[in-house]
Amino acid sequence: MLKLPVSKMDELFSLINSERTLYMPLEKNSEICFDKWSSDASIRLDKLNTVKSPKDFFFPASENIAAFKTKGKEIIMDDIRSEIEPFALFGVRACDAESFNLLDLIFLNDKDFVDTFYESRRQNGIIITTACNEPEETCFCNVFNIDAANPGGDISTWIIDDTLYWNSLTKKGSGLTEKIKKMFEQADESEIADHQAKISGVINKLPFKDLSLDGFTGEALIEKFSSNQWEEICHTCLSCGTCTFICPTCHCYDIQDFDTGKEIHRIKCWDSCMYYDFTLMAHGNPRTSLLERFRQRYMHKLVYFPENNDGAYACVGCGRCVQKCPISMNIVKVAKALKYEGMK
Amino acid sequence: MNNKEALIPKLGIITDIRDETPDVKTFSVTALNGGVVFPHMPGQCAMLSIPGVGEAMFSICSSPTNKEFMEYSIKKAGVLTDWLHLAEIGQQITVRGPYGNAFPVEDDLKGKDILFIAGGIGLAPLRSVINYVRDHRENYGEVDIVYGARSADDLVFRKEIENEWDSKNGVKVHLTIDREQEGWDGNVGFVPGFVKSLKFTPDRTTLVCGPPIMIKFVLKTLEEMGFDSTKIYTTMELRMKCGIGKCGRCNIGSKYVCKDGPVFRCDDLAKLPDEY
Ligand SMILES: Cc1cc2nc3c(=O)[nH]c(=O)nc-3n(C[C@H](O)[C@H](O)[C@H](O)COP(=O)(O)OP(=O)(O)OC[C@H]3O[C@@H](n4cnc5c(N)ncnc54)[C@H](O)[C@@H]3O)c2cc1C
Ligand code: SF4
Ligand code: SF4
Ligand code: FES
Repeated sequence: MLKLPVSKMDELFSLINSERTLYMPLEKNSEICFDKWSSDASIRLDKLNTVKSPKDFFFPASENIAAFKTKGKEIIMDDIRSEIEPFALFGVRACDAESFNLLDLIFLNDKDFVDTFYESRRQNGIIITTACNEPEETCFCNVFNIDAANPGGDISTWIIDDTLYWNSLTKKGSGLTEKIKKMFEQADESEIADHQAKISGVINKLPFKDLSLDGFTGEALIEKFSSNQWEEICHTCLSCGTCTFICPTCHCYDIQDFDTGKEIHRIKCWDSCMYYDFTLMAHGNPRTSLLERFRQRYMHKLVYFPENNDGAYACVGCGRCVQKCPISMNIVKVAKALKYEGMK
Repeated sequence: MNNKEALIPKLGIITDIRDETPDVKTFSVTALNGGVVFPHMPGQCAMLSIPGVGEAMFSICSSPTNKEFMEYSIKKAGVLTDWLHLAEIGQQITVRGPYGNAFPVEDDLKGKDILFIAGGIGLAPLRSVINYVRDHRENYGEVDIVYGARSADDLVFRKEIENEWDSKNGVKVHLTIDREQEGWDGNVGFVPGFVKSLKFTPDRTTLVCGPPIMIKFVLKTLEEMGFDSTKIYTTMELRMKCGIGKCGRCNIGSKYVCKDGPVFRCDDLAKLPDEY
């Protein structure tokens, strides 16, 4: 473990930025989002969750995947892929860092169909996490065995009073650390132990910390699916899709062609299972009702995803949907409402 | 840069277009330098597109034994399919795939007496299997094909059925149309009832394809006739974008139709939520 006085963080950021483009939570137009660091940026490492998760660094909201020109009956395909520049994200929270491991299960695990766009961004990005000093009442990462006091990623950091502690976890992380090591002093893990215990103490008082997902398994699929609770919990949902766009683990996308006038771009862009036309077909729609679409999102996160991925839920407890849903519906309420369904 | 990206298509060229019915045409497609764009197994699908118009999933209805070209039978249903119906020979298209699983032609179907049941354009995915079976006739037992459409004009592959399939190599074809029509001396009536009247023995391995409503009724009839759901296969059709189990669009419960399907064994399908 290494350490550095907080007063030298600007110098550290500048050094990292000379190695690879550095992004971190910045305040812009009164919103806090991951953005390109600069020496005069308004850094907000005090705020826990950025509005959107940083998933768009790996899975952009919209990405050009191919370009075509047409000439009569002929199609000319242009290779528009560019090399991804090396970059680093600083200040990623434990929950968001874990979300990338979940997205890896979708985009990288099937060796026949690796999403190479995602893959090259993952290879070129270094994730530097920061422990959450003060988890909020909407946080429930502990439910998914994520430890906000001990975040993952390539490098984890702790900001304790006026010291930044730095610990590399992966080869990629050590590679970067090696290049900037001269700025740091050696530290011992025992120096952060009290702080970690303090964070655990906060987590232990959080309102959703005891949320139980027992019984949310593939075996209970039909019971959970057929529950009569759905009607009750879905009926005020606006199908606005906010929950899907801010969620770090939602991965649905659309593919659309866009004619720029000069050529046709094929674009892969985020989509939402909450929208009516998501599954619309020429001969009908398997999910015509709000209930069916609402149920799809939560069944996917709590039952289908774990069934396909060795029990891993498609949620990291970041609490964004808890904070942002205009009708105050969220995965916690859904899990509680369905708890006894399928339990034998 | 890794160019093995599944979402990036290859180019193909339409080398032949045949009218099947007023709203279905069969397109022959080759790679730009000839031959199939990629090999496939019966039941698998491909994403075809015209850049700027749209991209959609279609069953590859030619048999893998045809190494010269691929075929797709396409029904007019919207933007892309309307466009393709106006296309001419020589038109280039983009093709990616093959996607999905396939009918178990090399294992569960081998040595079995097979019953094919299709409605409308549902014969397209089965045609690939039928021609595969015909080309490896010695590997399979008796073969019957029950096929129905709204009218005689809506029967796809009619020439091929009459000139190639019927009564050759012990393949029997049983056609039916929904309503009486001048010049039609075959059976009249819906597919499920017709299947029942043909009195097939329930030891057949059965492949069913067609509109969802037809599939539901056929499965009910087969059950009544004592068929075993572990020997009945069908294909599912849901809206698709990626074709590779990532865009999250085509799931039935925890199965993605593009990857785990489109072919499902009926006892497996019965375990999934009824959302298709
Ligand atoms: C596994 C599989 C195999 C298939 N095999 C075949 C086959 O062999 N042959 C065949 O003909 N078809 C096949 N299909 C169906 C085929 O994919 C569709 O007919 C095709 O997608 C239609 O595309 P389109 O661009 O012509 O229609 P679209 O323009 O996409 O329109 C389809 C319908 O949906 C509506 N729609 C679409 N998007 C929207 C929107 N955003 N808002 C409102 N309405 C919308 C349209 O109004 C229209 O009614 C298969 C499908 C699957 C999934
Ligand atoms: S659950 Fe809430 S955020 Fe999600 S679509 Fe419904 S109203 Fe919008
Ligand atoms: S479902 Fe809600 S709490 Fe869970 S990861 Fe998504 S936004 Fe965060
Ligand atoms: S088409 Fe994208 S998941 Fe099946």
